[in-house]
Amino acid sequence: MKAATSDEYKILGTRPIRHDGADKVTGKAKYGADVQFANLAHGKILRSPHAHARIKSIDTSAAEKVPGVFAVITANDFPDPQDKIADLGEGPVTLSHLGSNVMARGKVLYKGHAVAAVAATSTHVAEQALNLIQVDYEILEPVLWVLDAMAEDAPLLHENVFTDSMGEASEKPSNIEKHLHFEKGDIEQGFAEADIVIEREFKTASVHQGYIEPHVATADWNEDGQLRIWTSTQGSFTVRHQTAELVGIPLSRVTVYPCEIGGGFGGKIAVYLQPVAALLSRKSGRPVKLVMQRDEVFEGTGPTPGSFVRVKLGAKNDGTLTAGKAWIAFDAGAFPGGPIGPGCMCVFSCYDLPHATVDGYNVCNNKPKTQAYRAPGSTHVAYATENVLDEIAGELDLDPLDLRLKNAVKEGSRRVDGPVYPEIGCVEVLEAVKNSEHWNAPLEGPYRGRGLALGFWFNCGLKSSATANVNTDGTVTLIEGSTDIGGSRTSLAMQLAETLGLTAEEIHPQVADTDSVGYTDVTGGSRVTFATGLAVCKAGEDIQKQMRQQAAVLWDCDANEIEISGSTFSRNGNSISFQELAAKQLQLGEPIVGRATVAPDCSTNGFGAHIADVEVDPETGKTTVLRYTAIQDAGKAIHPSYVEGQMQGGAVQGIGWALNEEYFFGDAGDMKNASFLDYRMPTCLDVPMIETIIVEVPNPDHPFGVRGVGETPIVPPPAAITIAIHNATGVYMRELPASPPRLWKALQEA
Amino acid sequence: MSKKIHVTTTINGEPIEFLCEARHSLLEVLRDSLGLTGSKEGCNNGNCGACTVMLNGVPVDSCLVLGVEVEGATIETVEGIAQNGELHPIQQCFLEGAALQCGICTPGFLVAAKALLEKNPHPSEEEIRFNLAGNLCRCTGYDKIVRSVQAAASQLQETTS
Repeated sequence: MKAATSDEYKILGTRPIRHDGADKVTGKAKYGADVQFANLAHGKILRSPHAHARIKSIDTSAAEKVPGVFAVITANDFPDPQDKIADLGEGPVTLSHLGSNVMARGKVLYKGHAVAAVAATSTHVAEQALNLIQVDYEILEPVLWVLDAMAEDAPLLHENVFTDSMGEASEKPSNIEKHLHFEKGDIEQGFAEADIVIEREFKTASVHQGYIEPHVATADWNEDGQLRIWTSTQGSFTVRHQTAELVGIPLSRVTVYPCEIGGGFGGKIAVYLQPVAALLSRKSGRPVKLVMQRDEVFEGTGPTPGSFVRVKLGAKNDGTLTAGKAWIAFDAGAFPGGPIGPGCMCVFSCYDLPHATVDGYNVCNNKPKTQAYRAPGSTHVAYATENVLDEIAGELDLDPLDLRLKNAVKEGSRRVDGPVYPEIGCVEVLEAVKNSEHWNAPLEGPYRGRGLALGFWFNCGLKSSATANVNTDGTVTLIEGSTDIGGSRTSLAMQLAETLGLTAEEIHPQVADTDSVGYTDVTGGSRVTFATGLAVCKAGEDIQKQMRQQAAVLWDCDANEIEISGSTFSRNGNSISFQELAAKQLQLGEPIVGRATVAPDCSTNGFGAHIADVEVDPETGKTTVLRYTAIQDAGKAIHPSYVEGQMQGGAVQGIGWALNEEYFFGDAGDMKNASFLDYRMPTCLDVPMIETIIVEVPNPDHPFGVRGVGETPIVPPPAAITIAIHNATGVYMRELPASPPRLWKALQEA
Repeated sequence: MSKKIHVTTTINGEPIEFLCEARHSLLEVLRDSLGLTGSKEGCNNGNCGACTVMLNGVPVDSCLVLGVEVEGATIETVEGIAQNGELHPIQQCFLEGAALQCGICTPGFLVAAKALLEKNPHPSEEEIRFNLAGNLCRCTGYDKIVRSVQAAASQLQETTS
């Protein structure tokens, strides 16, 4: 497929109003918690007060007797999945781990771990009943810090988890569930060739995705055995599969209705509430709704890993990088799994290193099971690599932008984990930095500094389906399965409109339930506009094929003789518009329904660079972001406002990660700041306008050149901000967040 | 369970009566008893602003107000901003300015922004940011929200001048 240049497009690159917009500014849009039913029961979950304990017994008898209580369940109400492993769309998952995270079986592994659930007439009655459930715990020593959890004598979370070291299992059970190793070239030779070698260690705290909408699910287990679930999720098909496996019924018995979703950022892929609501519904004979409170979201759902990263880089005096070595340890949290793979792949992904080794460890510890968070793993490692690179630039007295340009990856560069880059825009992004007003603007004044950092993330391919029904009034109803978190309905509708020569408003996009659209993987991996976009374009081509046949009936000719230009079908001087042909479809033949399914490779790559200007208050350690610019290769920006929105939103999440956000744990492993007041996400008073520059290097694997843009923007900020702090104060902050107390202390010690 | 209490109030210009328990928050009453689910619950402790409503002309977190407290009060929710089938300029500006992504915080921002512009029709960027600091958004980075409020201020100024 060949990507066209921007000026060939009528719809792409324009900024139509999103199709779901009016509903969302009037309060009519139905989110998960807005679902109402007659006879609805309300559920609540009892959660562990301990970070690590054995459950000796659970007595629910008193709770069951509370008037208004319909059902009480524990892990014993779930079928035991034993050793079963299932592929739930993102690789194999050990079902006992998934199930034990939903409802603790035998042991609790973090404070906030679910142990029992109640359904009652109201949440208030359910809460009263929860207080009467007696759980007898044998408290065990918790382990929180990733390096502590790796120690030989660390408290062990799982007797049945062994280290998988590149396919080899360890002899003894271990908290280290995975060890990855990648190498390229000859690392010894690489460092021997270097004129300068710098090695540094970096730590990052656990941070949460922080979506404003808490997790929610309503389940109705019908008398005929059919289970219906209304929920907030990034993937209705994975919820269907996970829930079916955990409650022990065929997935065809489950229908998932995706509601509008109030943010996800990776944290709304795994199930938490859906299987619990399902079993409460089966036991009570009523639909049951479960909504988390904010402390449950912080304590019971996925933060991104806390991490320890050691990066060593070697360079020649002219700035040419010769070698890189990385050692990465990530929290897995309570159960195996996490982004250590991408962390290893991303650590040197922006630079063409001839020699490199990367070792990564994923480590179970007594924190909530970590979940994906926007470019999972990449932010942690970019923070380390970019800071070391900045230090090299300083030592060699080289311009940090020129140093990056000199070593930037381009088409043909090979990443340390193997893949060779296709056409990418890393250099173009850096050129855009060089030409930007921000980079060339002076920054003066004491305690002020500017930082530059690069970031990388993949575009997942995975599977998507789309159906497009041509209406007789000349419009098209687009049915797709990618839950829409940030305007993707419109970016998909625009691609169909461009394909068919229609306007965005002539397409009516709908996100359908799991019975009403073909299998579609999660909204994640920066894949929707790219991969579901491919399905939508193909569905459009399918429509054109059918309409060409109908035009052939009209003109009594062969379909191949008919030409299509925009929305006009023509042959030998005859022409008919899409709208006219659509109106005649039922007279000319069969109803016109375009359909397509796709399974593209994970082939494309997104690069971004951020420029941060900060001012540090030396008396308080508080950092103020004065100016901020995000530059990114979008391949082709379908709806520029929503591309900018991804860049701005990701940047501000990254600023929060850099400056304030962290889980504070007590010695007992209890989170001390499980509220939005104490877990300090940026407010609008904390940040300036976020300037954006969209670079467009078309992706050859998409007809319009699209690259996914959702995740890359969170990768550079912690690096860019801490580099700016260094330039403002002379202090490198090698632990995140660079919060006021931590920075103040560093300034005192400097 | 305690007996329910009868409350008379005005919501979005209409006289409304409802029964609630003493422990029910105004947010619970709006969402669960009256079906006004436009106001959202993000934290239930006054930190996120997704449940912001106007109470006697003042923006409040409805999760921090008890249902029984609104006897005789006038309340405006997000459902009352559009009038006679027409979006308010601030709603239109949010759409044109792409000020929402997931949209869960949007009702709270709209109510808070409308309250600001009624009090201060020409706010500076700083004043907008200060007055909206009680509303959390995790998707947009606030840029397009602030710009959309600025656009609405200009538009409202044109219509009144």
